[in-house]
Amino acid sequence: MTVHLTRGTQPRPGHRRVTALLGRHPVGLALMAPYAAYLLLVFAYPFGFAVWMSFHDYFFAAPGAQVERPFVGLENYRTVLGDPGVRQAFGNILVFLLINVPLTAALALTLAVALNQAIRGRTFLRVAYYVPYVTASVAVVGVWLFLFSSDGLVNTLLGPLAPDPSWLVNETLAMPLIAVFVAWKQLGFFILLYLAALQNVPKELYESAAVDGAGAWQRFRSVTVPAVRPATTLVVIVATVTGANLFTEPYLLTGGGGPNGASTSPVLLMYQRGLEQGAPDVAAAIGVLLVVGVVALSMINRRLLERS
Amino acid sequence: MRRTVPAAFLVLSLGLTAACGDGDSGTKADSSAKGPITIWLSNNKEELAWGKAMVEAWNGQHADQKITAQELPAGKSSEEVIGAAITAGNAPCLIFNTAPAAVPQFEKQGGLVALDDFDGAADYIKQRTGAAADQYKSPDGKFYQLPWKSNPVMIFYNKEILAKAGVDSENPPLSTYDDFLATARKIKSSGVAPAAIYPAPSSEFFQSWFDYYPLFAAETGGKQLVENGKAQFGSPEGLRVAEFWKKLYDEGLAPKEKYNGDSFADGKAAMAIVGPWAIAVYGQKVKWGAAPVPTSAGKPAAEVKTFSDAKNVAMYSACKNRATAWEVLKFATSKEQDGALLDATGQMPLRADLPSTYPDYFAKNPAYQTFAEQAGRTVEVPNVPNSITIWQTFRDAYSESVIFGKRPVADALGDAAKKVDGLAGQR
Repeated sequence: MTVHLTRGTQPRPGHRRVTALLGRHPVGLALMAPYAAYLLLVFAYPFGFAVWMSFHDYFFAAPGAQVERPFVGLENYRTVLGDPGVRQAFGNILVFLLINVPLTAALALTLAVALNQAIRGRTFLRVAYYVPYVTASVAVVGVWLFLFSSDGLVNTLLGPLAPDPSWLVNETLAMPLIAVFVAWKQLGFFILLYLAALQNVPKELYESAAVDGAGAWQRFRSVTVPAVRPATTLVVIVATVTGANLFTEPYLLTGGGGPNGASTSPVLLMYQRGLEQGAPDVAAAIGVLLVVGVVALSMINRRLLERS
Repeated sequence: MRRTVPAAFLVLSLGLTAACGDGDSGTKADSSAKGPITIWLSNNKEELAWGKAMVEAWNGQHADQKITAQELPAGKSSEEVIGAAITAGNAPCLIFNTAPAAVPQFEKQGGLVALDDFDGAADYIKQRTGAAADQYKSPDGKFYQLPWKSNPVMIFYNKEILAKAGVDSENPPLSTYDDFLATARKIKSSGVAPAAIYPAPSSEFFQSWFDYYPLFAAETGGKQLVENGKAQFGSPEGLRVAEFWKKLYDEGLAPKEKYNGDSFADGKAAMAIVGPWAIAVYGQKVKWGAAPVPTSAGKPAAEVKTFSDAKNVAMYSACKNRATAWEVLKFATSKEQDGALLDATGQMPLRADLPSTYPDYFAKNPAYQTFAEQAGRTVEVPNVPNSITIWQTFRDAYSESVIFGKRPVADALGDAAKKVDGLAGQR
């Protein structure tokens, strides 16, 4: 045994060089390589390309076309930051995130706790919450158009209490409505994350809290919430990242970011500027600013949620 | 390590990017090369049927220069798909659905072939289309598109709804703005339809082609949105058109919320702004009539201009066998094929003197005669740099002031005109 240990701690010089180069577990590197290659190709390269584009006068050209793409420094960023439409889009997405992320986390946790109990129809309910998540956005948007248009079901039920202008053409309500729509649509996925986290909360904690006289609310606040905090961090960060990439809903639900730009998102603007209007350099600058904003928000979220 | 790995990724990707940034392959094609070619057709059912028949006719006579026809691949818009194909270098030789508004962008991408490269091409285009062909020339004086067919837009009205509202359904008063507004108010107040007219109030750049622009063309006697590098919509005529639409929105005669369906077919609107394609679509469902778009003073119908809603054919630079492509282009726009297109789709080939070229067709289909006459008085979108950005800039200002009334019309359109002047002046 001793001999083995001694041999193990004093590897041959050749082996030492391999270890220095590839680490103590070279097989791990081999296993990691496919994902690293995927990451490099699908995320890092396009992102690097986008950063490069954002500093150049860039447009898409046919192979063989003689075009100049000079370095323009911060010109694209100046264009973007000086555009009131872009500033409005970033403001809109902030409103969206402020409503969507807390709503998603709160609803997902509450429903996960409910679905974790031995209630009637639990499997049906779990599936029911998951169905919107796996249904194509286009189809679900159609249902919400039916619900929230001027003469839709919701306004019919509300009668004189229906907002005027109606939901989808109301500058104050359009973005909050989209935030609620997205929260509802993605709820199934986040409930699933919380359900997995709830499986790992020791029953003894609830039992001892009950023995100490804690009621249902106190048990939820003092046991469940702290126990699923890592899941909450994940939910908040994922909801922030997916929410910041909002496109389909303003494109379809409010007719291209309407009314009057009140639901335009930065990604919708990137589509308009980059693909429709042939200015991918400006679109890339919007994208880079969005990435910086999302990373900053995610770091703040993480700090706040993992503080204790 | 936690920081060095992402940093390494970034540096590597930037390196790759810099290495690939100027990846021009330098492929050039010869304008005399002949051989098989590929074309894309619109996925409109009638147009597709015409295209297939045309291809069959060509292939029957040219075994060594066969055409392979495909439907335009699906995407959010044709322009997006074509732009991607240009960048990827796999665009076909010809696309029979090229929007004039997208031509400046495709040209900037190096994606189009100047048709003037072919002997007699400019003469062929001018002879076929007449003076209207000049609207399709690019700023360098060349044709990068062949004017193919138009869908001149007019006011379509539902005779039954108008009659129920107490309006003369055979000759409804729609020629002046005052007449049009009075008719619209009657329709709305009678409750027979929720809307008098229902153009899409959404923000897409092209929506102005079906509300503001036809009336602008009519009011100005045929001006384009931008002329000589200057925006024209800030003029008194341009503002009059905008104020007219604003009244329709303010009074609820035109709704501010997008209708998810066909408001005219569903009886939700008494009128619509449409092209001749509507005859086939609504012919059986609605008892319809057609009138020119209104002008403030009520110009005689024979003087009213409108938006063409044309779709053209362009040759793409990825094409190898360009001589064949040019011959196909002439074949597909010959008198015989234009007649077949008219017969199959009801869309108007962009030919000078259309009614006299196909008298039998119009005698047999009198409903199309009005549109054929209107086809001789159409205005195209301006062929200027940043065309799409210009339309989006206009649409945003129009939404803000005309549809949603957040700013005075003159202020919003005045600011947009300044931006457009700058955009049109760029290269």
